[in-house]
Amino acid sequence: MPGIARWLHVIFGITWIGLLYYFNLVQMAGLKDAGADGTAAGITKHIAPRALFYFRWAAVGTWLAGAWLLGAGFVDAFLLRNGMEAIGIGSWLGTIMLFNVWHFIWPNQKKILGMVPATDEVKAKARRVAMLASRTNMMLSIPMLFFMANGLSHRAALGL
Amino acid sequence: MKNPLESVVGTIISGLVLTVILVLFLKNFLVAGV
Repeated sequence: MPGIARWLHVIFGITWIGLLYYFNLVQMAGLKDAGADGTAAGITKHIAPRALFYFRWAAVGTWLAGAWLLGAGFVDAFLLRNGMEAIGIGSWLGTIMLFNVWHFIWPNQKKILGMVPATDEVKAKARRVAMLASRTNMMLSIPMLFFMANGLSHRAALGL
Repeated sequence: MKNPLESVVGTIISGLVLTVILVLFLKNFLVAGV
C-alpha cells in the first residue's frame, strides 16, 4: 500500500507543481502580452479556469496521498522528530503551499476571472495578492522538493 | 529594495537561498549530534 500512496503522491504532485510552474513561467508573462494585443480573453475564459481546477484539486490530492504515505510517521514528521526531520520540513512546506492555494490564490483568481463579482479596484488588488501567493509557492517548491526527495543520496551528500 | 518575488529569477534565487537555510537548520538544530 505505501507503493500506491507514493505513486498517487507523485502523480498528483506533478500535476500540481507542473501547473504552478506553468502559471509562473508561462501564463503570467503570456497574459501580460495578450492583454497588450487584446487576446487575453482566450486565456482567461478557456485556459485559466481549467488549469486552476486541476491545480487546486491536485494540491488536495497531493497532500492526502502524502499523509497516507507518511502513515504512522505523520505526527513525527510534523513534529520534526524521530528520523522524520527532513521529510517533516518538506511536509510543512507542502502544507503551507496547500494553504496558499486555497486561501490566497483560488479566492483571488475567482475575482480576477470574473467568477465572483468584483470592482476594478478589487480585481487589481486580487491580481497582486494572487501573483505574490503564486510566486511564494514557486519559491517554497524549491526547498519542498529538495526535502521531499531527501533519499539516501541526499543524506550522504549532506552528512546526515 | 525590489521584492525578489516580482521576477522569476528572483523567485528561484530566493528558493535556493531558503533551501540552504533550511538544510543548515536541519543539520544544526534538528539532527545535530546524530
